[in-house]
Amino acid sequence: MTVTDFYALVGVALFVMGLSALILRKRDLQRILGLNIMGTGVFMVLVTSALGQGQPADPVPHAMVLTGIVVAVSATAFALALSLARERHK
Amino acid sequence: MTWSAALPLLILASSLVTGLVIFFLKEQSVLLRTVLNLSGAGVKLILVGILMWGVYQGQTFEARLPLLPNIELVLHADALSLLFVSLSTVLWFVTTVYAIGYLEHSPHRSRFFGFFSLCVTATVGIALAGNLITFLIFYELLTLATYPLLMHRGTADSRRAGRIYLTYTLAGGALLLVGVVWLKALAGPLDFTATGILAGRTDLNPDTLRWIFLLLIAGFGVKAALVPLHGWLPISMAAPAPVSALLHAVAVVKAGAFGITRVVYDVFGVEFAASLGVLMPLTIAASITIVYGSVRALSQDKLKPRLAYSTISQVSYIILGTTIVGPVATIGGIVHLVHQGLMKITLFFCAGNLAETLGIHRVSEMNGVGRRLPKTMAAFTVAALGMIGVPPVAGFISKWYLGAGALDANMPWILVILAVSSALNAAYFLPILYRAWFMPATGAWQERLERGRFETHWMLLMPPLVTAALALLYGLFANMDGSPLAWARLIAEREYLR
Amino acid sequence: MTLWWSTLCVAAPLLAAVLLFIRPKWMAGIALVAVTLVLVGALGLASVLHDSGPQFIAIGGWGAPLGIGWRIDGLTVTMLLMAGIVGWPVTLYAHGYFGGAAAGRHFWPLWMLLLTALCSLFLSNDLFNWYVTLELLGLSAVALVTLSGKKAALDAAQRYLYTGLVGSLFYLMGVALIYNDYGVLDLAVLREVTEPSLALWVALGLMAFGLLVKSALFPLHFWLPAAHGSAPAPVSAILSALVVKGAFYILLRLWFDLVPATLPDAVSLILGGLGAGAIIWGSLQAIRATRLKMLVAYSTVAQLGYLALFFPLSESGQWGDAALTGLVYFMFAHGCAKGAMFLAAGNLQRAAGHDDLVSLAPTAQALPVSMFAFAIGGVSIMGLPPSGGFIAKWSLLNAAIGSGGWIWVAVMIAGGLLSAGYIFRVLSLSFSESGDEPEPGPELVPVAKSSEWASLLLASIALLLGLNALPMLDLLSIGLPRAG
Repeated sequence: MTVTDFYALVGVALFVMGLSALILRKRDLQRILGLNIMGTGVFMVLVTSALGQGQPADPVPHAMVLTGIVVAVSATAFALALSLARERHK
Repeated sequence: MTWSAALPLLILASSLVTGLVIFFLKEQSVLLRTVLNLSGAGVKLILVGILMWGVYQGQTFEARLPLLPNIELVLHADALSLLFVSLSTVLWFVTTVYAIGYLEHSPHRSRFFGFFSLCVTATVGIALAGNLITFLIFYELLTLATYPLLMHRGTADSRRAGRIYLTYTLAGGALLLVGVVWLKALAGPLDFTATGILAGRTDLNPDTLRWIFLLLIAGFGVKAALVPLHGWLPISMAAPAPVSALLHAVAVVKAGAFGITRVVYDVFGVEFAASLGVLMPLTIAASITIVYGSVRALSQDKLKPRLAYSTISQVSYIILGTTIVGPVATIGGIVHLVHQGLMKITLFFCAGNLAETLGIHRVSEMNGVGRRLPKTMAAFTVAALGMIGVPPVAGFISKWYLGAGALDANMPWILVILAVSSALNAAYFLPILYRAWFMPATGAWQERLERGRFETHWMLLMPPLVTAALALLYGLFANMDGSPLAWARLIAEREYLR
Repeated sequence: MTLWWSTLCVAAPLLAAVLLFIRPKWMAGIALVAVTLVLVGALGLASVLHDSGPQFIAIGGWGAPLGIGWRIDGLTVTMLLMAGIVGWPVTLYAHGYFGGAAAGRHFWPLWMLLLTALCSLFLSNDLFNWYVTLELLGLSAVALVTLSGKKAALDAAQRYLYTGLVGSLFYLMGVALIYNDYGVLDLAVLREVTEPSLALWVALGLMAFGLLVKSALFPLHFWLPAAHGSAPAPVSAILSALVVKGAFYILLRLWFDLVPATLPDAVSLILGGLGAGAIIWGSLQAIRATRLKMLVAYSTVAQLGYLALFFPLSESGQWGDAALTGLVYFMFAHGCAKGAMFLAAGNLQRAAGHDDLVSLAPTAQALPVSMFAFAIGGVSIMGLPPSGGFIAKWSLLNAAIGSGGWIWVAVMIAGGLLSAGYIFRVLSLSFSESGDEPEPGPELVPVAKSSEWASLLLASIALLLGLNALPMLDLLSIGLPRAG
């Protein structure tokens, strides 16, 4: 197994861990963290695909990951705000 | 757009536009609404008259609107459509007059007359439909337009009737849809042609055609109240009398019977259908319905349900005529479409008068009512005698032709059915006549003795007199050109001639 | 020219959104202008399509594999038209509905962002670009759900958010796997380059799963009823009519361009089976619903099942075209009809202050225009003539009967009859025991005239779709996607 494959598998593992946290955990913060970890897992897979395409690293997956991070940040912010709003409602 | 395409569309528009406008009228604008109603009906009468004259002169009228690739909405005036459209238009006019009188001071009249007009639009669309898909579209529209009329009073009975009606008719519509789509996928466009479009098609699997026939007949049979699909009809008596009159004489029930006629004559072709072996089961079903309806009518004390079961029985005469191969039976079935319409609507108008003016709903309350409402009961008598088949009322003509046609086709057992049915008709109509004319008045209605200038509101009185007179005239002058019998002969000629 | 029309569709709502965030004035007016511009753009694209056939645009002149590609064909333009045609009456309605309240202030920019996302989704032909538009669509949709501020809405929004994010991440994982193998994101290029392999199947499976979650196909629909049922009426209309179609559109594109012809039949049969389950389950839940908006939301779950029926029907050779026609027409007609039903339900809820079906009868009788709109929308949902829904049902039945798929025929017929069960449940509210005058019910909040007429307008469009199918179908057939 090459280094690339190893990192890709780590990414998949993170994805699965994040998903299980989302499903199994009850508290909002834990679920949001789970979502973030899922996202990180996908980003890892994307980054590893930059390595596999030949000698110079492929910039496109990096661009995708950056976009993904931005989306993840906004989504996280929104999720946190929503969680706070629900707290205030109780 | 040429005149020949515009005329059918105008005929539809005359009630569609009227209906849509009436929806927006305020409850209190009685005069405007009445004027709109009557002028819409009047305009339609005139337009249909022009249509008939045009066809008599040899013109063709057709309007086509493409819906999907290879599927068109077709409005076409042939002899059979003219028969139905003229019946519908005349009966709509009288029912409008009747309804205006009947619903005086009722709530939600704008809504009622709006949907009433939509109903007639759908019926005329069915009459003028030139292919199965157009027929299907207006058939389903009829279901949608009649539901609010059935629910009009909003009582628990009306709601139950509405639910049951929808269950039956929507299920029938679904079967019809599958049949029509299947046939289209198999055989291409489905324009109605006098001797049937499927007649020469040897490339089609006969078993498939039998299944399609079953689906189509079942779909139409629900509205035509063919046993065992008739359950909705007696229950829908919860509707106001003008609705029962319209549903039973003109729109819904006739639409079903008309559909069966179209399928047998203009889609399959009567001889082809016979060769497939599908007509005999239908004949049997129709015969069972004829007897069953009459038997159930005997046990009904309430007047409207008795008339409902009578309708179930009588409409199957039309189906019977359709399924017996031979021009004479065809004539009998088709002409009964008109005759039964006139006679039954008269009976329902009279029943409505009895209920509205005197509060009578049951046969047992009708003793001596002939003296109080002589003209109404006279009309009732004429219509009832026609139903039994007594000459010279028109009903006799239809039964005569049906019997003769059955003999022609070597089916003498049908004569037995006809005879039994007539006897049963007598059994449930004659006692009513006896009570009304020959027994002293005993009912609680005696207290309601105020009499205006006429025995009841003139708008409730004129319509049954008109329709009863027509029933009598069509019987007496059946051999004249232009009578329903003459039209039926023309239709039969075209069906059997190559 | 093509570029201008397509950019208009995306830029107009985006600019409107920015404007509305900065200066919340003349909100409805700006939004209405933006939606009109989207419609103009879509019509412009339609005429370009007519003249020159399907096209591909490279944004900024940078072609694949680095640039992002847009694709204009019949399906794209039909979807854009749907967004504009449904969006217009909804915008008009929202003006009367919110009338300047605080919730209204946030509705407008969010709606414009949603419309931007939707239009760019329909135009796009690039896997990652779809991810971005899906996220934008999802986030603005969730934000719109939270507008009423009530506890139920917040809970529903949270569930929607989490589910939506999971869906997007599954989709993105699939994209990552595809990029890993092929190094390209543009669908047109991928169509040529991909070959069936385990990696492709896994990637497609992940993407499909994510998209199906976002399209609320049974049994992944669990987030939808609460979200659509507790959002403000114009939001529910937008969600049911447009948002769920976005994810399904991507699935459709993938089906035609990426899924190899060697897909085992079992897969499409399973999808069809899930669709049948959606139809039956959704309809039964709608019949049992106690609140009007929940009834309409479950109706959406049921109707989305019809979309899944496309998959088994599309395999049927010469009937595949009929199946696609039926599907697209279904999406369009459903968008109009369901939108109208939610708008009408919103009117009833606004007037009565609640939407419990048992006590809604006096309100229903006081709002005949809205009830009529609901009725016409219902006719299309049931697939009865003369509506767009009937044309769609006819095409789908044609495809099913022609290819011998009798089980699907039975499912569609059963679905139609079940939908009648819940539609007429609502319509019968208009007819109830009334002596001379309807009983004076509780005080009814007056509903803006524009709201009532907007719902009727949308319903009438559903009706007109039934009578004017041919031009639409001509448009659709230009560049019709074909599998292979």
